[in-house]
Amino acid sequence: MKRLLGILALTASGLFAQWGGELRFCLRSEPKTFNPLMVEDEASETIRYLTGGVLIRVNRQTQELEPELATAWKISARGQSITLQLRQGVVFSDGTPFSAEDVAYTMRALLDPALHSPTGDAFRSASGAVETQVLAADRVSITFPAPVAGLERLFDQVPILSARSPKKEAAVLGPFAVSRYTPGSEVLLERNAHYWKMDATGRRLPYLDAIRLDIQQNRDIELMRFSRGELHLINTVDAESFTRLAQQAPSQAYDAGASLESEMMWFNQNPNAPFPEYKKAWFRSKNFRRAVSAAINRADLCRIVYFGHAQPAAGPISPANRFWYGAQLKPHAYDPKEALARLRQEGFRLIGDRLCDREGHAVEFSLITNSGNKARERMAAMVQQDLAAIGIKMNLVTLDFRSLIERISQNLRYEACLLGLTNYDLDPNSQMNVWLSSANNHQWYPNQPKPATAWEAEVDRLMQAQASTVAREKRKEYFDRVQEIVADEAPFIYLVTKNSLSAISPKVQNALPAMIRPQTYWNAENLFLGTAQVARNAR
Amino acid sequence: MWIGRIARHLAAFVLTTLIAGLLGATLVRFGPGFEADEQQLDPRLDAQSIQALRDSHSQERNLLSFYAHFLGRMATGDLGFSRSLARPVRELLSERAKVTLRLLATGLAGGWILGLALAVIAVIFRTPLFEVTTAAASSLFLCVPTAVFALLLFFTNGPVRLAIALLIFPKVFRYARNLLADAYTQPHVLTARARGLSEARVFFWHVVPWTAPPLLALAGVSLGVAFGAAIPIEVLCDFPGIGQLAWKAALARDLPVLVSLTIVVAAVTQLTNSASDLAVALCHRERR
Amino acid sequence: MNRARNIAIGVLAAVFAVSLLANIFAPVPYAMQFRDFVNAPASRQFWLGTDELGRDRWSRLLYGTRISLLLAPAAALLSTLMAVLIGGIAGYRGGWWDRIVLRVIDIFLSIPWLFLFLIVRALLPLNTSPLASVILTFMVMGLLGWASSARIIRAGAQSLRHSDLVLHARACGCRGGRLLFAHIVPNLKPIVLAQFWISIPTFILGEASLGLIGLGVGEPLPSWGNLLRELANPQAAMSHPSMLAPLVVLVIVMSCFQLLLSQKEFAS
Repeated sequence: MKRLLGILALTASGLFAQWGGELRFCLRSEPKTFNPLMVEDEASETIRYLTGGVLIRVNRQTQELEPELATAWKISARGQSITLQLRQGVVFSDGTPFSAEDVAYTMRALLDPALHSPTGDAFRSASGAVETQVLAADRVSITFPAPVAGLERLFDQVPILSARSPKKEAAVLGPFAVSRYTPGSEVLLERNAHYWKMDATGRRLPYLDAIRLDIQQNRDIELMRFSRGELHLINTVDAESFTRLAQQAPSQAYDAGASLESEMMWFNQNPNAPFPEYKKAWFRSKNFRRAVSAAINRADLCRIVYFGHAQPAAGPISPANRFWYGAQLKPHAYDPKEALARLRQEGFRLIGDRLCDREGHAVEFSLITNSGNKARERMAAMVQQDLAAIGIKMNLVTLDFRSLIERISQNLRYEACLLGLTNYDLDPNSQMNVWLSSANNHQWYPNQPKPATAWEAEVDRLMQAQASTVAREKRKEYFDRVQEIVADEAPFIYLVTKNSLSAISPKVQNALPAMIRPQTYWNAENLFLGTAQVARNAR
Repeated sequence: MWIGRIARHLAAFVLTTLIAGLLGATLVRFGPGFEADEQQLDPRLDAQSIQALRDSHSQERNLLSFYAHFLGRMATGDLGFSRSLARPVRELLSERAKVTLRLLATGLAGGWILGLALAVIAVIFRTPLFEVTTAAASSLFLCVPTAVFALLLFFTNGPVRLAIALLIFPKVFRYARNLLADAYTQPHVLTARARGLSEARVFFWHVVPWTAPPLLALAGVSLGVAFGAAIPIEVLCDFPGIGQLAWKAALARDLPVLVSLTIVVAAVTQLTNSASDLAVALCHRERR
Repeated sequence: MNRARNIAIGVLAAVFAVSLLANIFAPVPYAMQFRDFVNAPASRQFWLGTDELGRDRWSRLLYGTRISLLLAPAAALLSTLMAVLIGGIAGYRGGWWDRIVLRVIDIFLSIPWLFLFLIVRALLPLNTSPLASVILTFMVMGLLGWASSARIIRAGAQSLRHSDLVLHARACGCRGGRLLFAHIVPNLKPIVLAQFWISIPTFILGEASLGLIGLGVGEPLPSWGNLLRELANPQAAMSHPSMLAPLVVLVIVMSCFQLLLSQKEFAS
C-alpha cells in the first residue's frame, strides 16, 4: 500500500514537476576517490550513488529490491550464480552503448584480488575465481566459487563501468555526472543527458540540472547555511542541532525513525591482552557483562544525549531493518538490583561504595572512545555515573581515532571500548567478519585459532549455515538464533539505536526521507526544486 | 670572506631544515596509530585486504630509508603523494598556500598595528582607567579560543581573517607596552627629556631604538604563533589552507605531507627569524 | 593606580581562596548528574544552571578554577624560566653558543609536537588518574613552551650585552653567571613578565585542545579548558549564557595578573 502511494505521489508530482535548478548540500570531507569500485568513505559514496548506474537497487523506503539496469535476474538453486537480463537501449553519459560486456568488465575489475575493494570483498564468500560469462548483448551470467548469501542485494553498491569508453570511470549510467571538482571547495554534478529513466510524462530524468556538493566539515556552519537558505538539505543531522532546527523550523526537520546506526561497548576478552588476569576473568564472565549492561540507563542516554531521537538498542540489527530485525529481542532493562545480584553470583561484593571481586580487587577499568564525538563522550560520562552507582569505577579516556584503532586492532592495549556501528548493508551476511570467531573484526577477541567458548562456536556454525543457504526465511531463522545468543552473552553491550534525522528545505519537492543511507537524496532523479505544494510525501 | 659567511649560513640553514624534517618524521613514524587505518573496521574487508592495508605502509616503516628517498625526490621537486587526500603533496601545498598566506598577512598586519597603537597610547596616557580597560580587553582576547572568534565572525558575516589579528594584538600589546614603559625609565631617555627634547623626538630617537630588538624578535616568532592559530581557524571554518591540511594529515598520519610541511615550516621559520636577527643587528650597530 | 592594584590583589586572593575551598563552597559534587535538570537555566538550586549532562555549573567552575589556577601558572613559570635560562645565556654569550641555540630554537618551533603528546598518551597507563594526567600535561606544555619566548629574551639580552650597565658591572669585576643573573636578567623583567602573563591562558587553552587526543583533564574532572571548549558552539553559548562564566572568571583573573605585574612601571 505504501509502495502504491509512493508511486501515485511520484506520478502526480511528475505532472507538476519543475525542471531545472541546482540542488545544494554538503559533503563532510574531501572525496578520497572518484573510482566507484574503491569507495570507502562517505563523501566518495555520495558521488558514487548520484553518478553510478547499478543493476539492482534497494529501494530505501520499502527496502525491497527493484530492477534498474537489470530488468530481471535469476539466482541458481545453490546460490552460486546469478543470471541477469539487461535493459536495452541504454547508453553511458558519453553516448557509449551499455551492454553485457560492460557488466563483465566491471565485475572482473571489482573482483580483482589486487584491488582490495571493500565492495568486491563483500562478494567473496570463498577463495577461487569468479566466472563472468556474456551470454548475449543483454544477458550476462556470473558464477562464484561458493554460494553468496544475499547476492542480489550486493549489486546495489556496484556502479557499472564502461568497457569501451575513452572517458573510463567518467562515463556513467547514473542521473548525474561529475562536471567539476575544486579541491577543498566543491564537487559539481551535472545532469546526465543520456540517463535512461523517464518520468510519468515521458521526459528524460533527472528534473534537476545540477547538484552542487560543498565540502563543509563544520556541522554548525552547515546548519547555519541551511537555515539561511544556502543549502537545500542536510542528509544527517546530529540530535542537538536537530532539536534546535525543529524549534526554529519544524517543517524542515525530519525524524524518519530508527536508522541503521547504533552505539555499543565491549570488553577486551583477548587472553593475550596486556592487563592483569583478574580483569580478564571479569570480562570473560557473562554475569559481569550482563550486570554492566543492566546498570546502564539506556532511556536516559536516549533522552539526554540524543534528545529523545534514539531508542534503546537490543542487538546488532536495528528496527529499521524490517526483515532481519529480531523483534523478539528486548533491550536489557535498567535494573541496578539485577546487576548487583548477577555480580554477587560471581563472588563480587560491595565494600563501602566500591565493588570488589572475590580476591579483594576493587573493580576498576578504563573505557576508550574516540575524541571529537560529543555524543559518544557524553554517553560515556553517563555510563561512568551509572556504573559508579553499583560501585564500579570506570575511567574514561578519549583518544584520537587512529590511536584507538591501533589499540583495538593491533596492540590490544585497552580494557573496554565504546564505538558506533554502521551497517552498510541490510543483509547480516556483510557482518561475517564480526561474528566469525576467526575473523579480524570479532572485536572482543579477534582472530581466534579456534572458538574460545561454546557459544562462539555455535555462532560460527549458525553464520556459516546462513551464508550457505539461499532461502531467506531459513537464513532468518539462523540469524535470529545468533541474535538471541548475542543478547544473552552480551559480548557487545548495545546501548542505543540512533534515529535518522535530516533537514530538507521546503523548496525541495518529492523528498521521501528514509531510514537508511542516503536518507534524503536516494531518489535524486525524482527531486526537483519548486514552490508548488505537491502532496509532500507519503511519510 | 663574504662568500664564506654566506656559504656557512646557507649550510646551517639546510642542515637545520633537514634535521627538523627528520625529527618531525621520527615523531610521526613512532607515534601511536601510524599503521592504523579506519578502513580496518570495515566488516566487508577480508583478511587479505586488511593485510594489504597494513602493507601499504611498508615503504614508510624504515624511517631512514623513507627520509633518504624523500630527500632524493625533493631535490627534483617531487614532495611525494598524500595517502589521505590521494593527490601529490606539491599540488596540495601550492593550492592551499594562497589561502593561508592571505589569512596570515591580514592577521599579522592587523594584530601588529592594533597592538602597537594601543601600547603607544597606553604609555602616553598612563591613566588607571585606560590601564584597567586595556588589561581587560587584552585578557579577553587572549582567553577566548581564536577559533571561537573566527566562528563568531563567520556567523555574523564578519571578516574571519580578523580572528588572527585578535590573537596577535594582545601579545604585541603586552610586550610593547612593557618595553615602552621600561624604556621611559632608562637613564638616556630621562636625560633626553631633561634636556628639553620634544616628546616625538624622545620617542622616535631614544625609546624606539631601545625597544626595537626584542620587538623585532617578537615579529619573527609571531609568524609561528599566527600559523598555530590558523590551524583551528581553517579547520573549524573550513578554509582549505595549509593549516587544515596539516590537521588532516596529522589525524591521518600522512607522513609525506607532514614531513613536507615540517620542512617548509622550518625553512620559513628560519628565514623570518634570520630577517629579524638581521634587523636587530642593524639596530645594535646604529645604537653603537 | 595603587587602588587598582589592591583591588586586583583582593580579587585574586578571593578567587584562590574560594577555589581552594571548593569542597566547602560547592553545593554538590562536580560530577553528579541531575538528569531531570539538563541544560537548566540559573536558579536558586543551580546558581549558574546545569550543563548538558545536568551537572551543576557553579560546582564545576569552582573545581575547574582550582586545577587551572594552580597548574597553568606553574607551567607558565616553568616555560618562562627555561626561556630565561636558554635565551639569556645565548644572548649574553653570543658566538657559536648563540648560533647553536638559535638553530635549536628554529628546529623546536618547526616540529609537530602534537605527536609527542600522542606518544606521552600512548605510554601512560589508561587508568592514570585524571589529576596525574593533567599535571603531566601541563608539565609537558611547560617544557615545550619556551622556544619562542627564548628568542625574544635572547634579543633583549643581546641588547644589554653592550650596554653601559653591563660595562660598569664588568669594570667592577662582575663576570659570568653573576653578571647574567644579577644584572642582565633583572633588566629583562618587562619581557619576562609579559611572557609569563601571556603563557597562562595559552596553556589553559592548550590543555583544552589536548583533551581531543586523550591528554589533559579526563572526565568528569572539570578545568577551565574543557569548560571553555563548550564555546566552540557559539549558538549553544548564546542560548545558555551561563556557559560564559568560566570565560568571565578567566578574564578577571588575567586582568588582575596583568595589573599586578605592570604596577611597577607606573610606580617608577
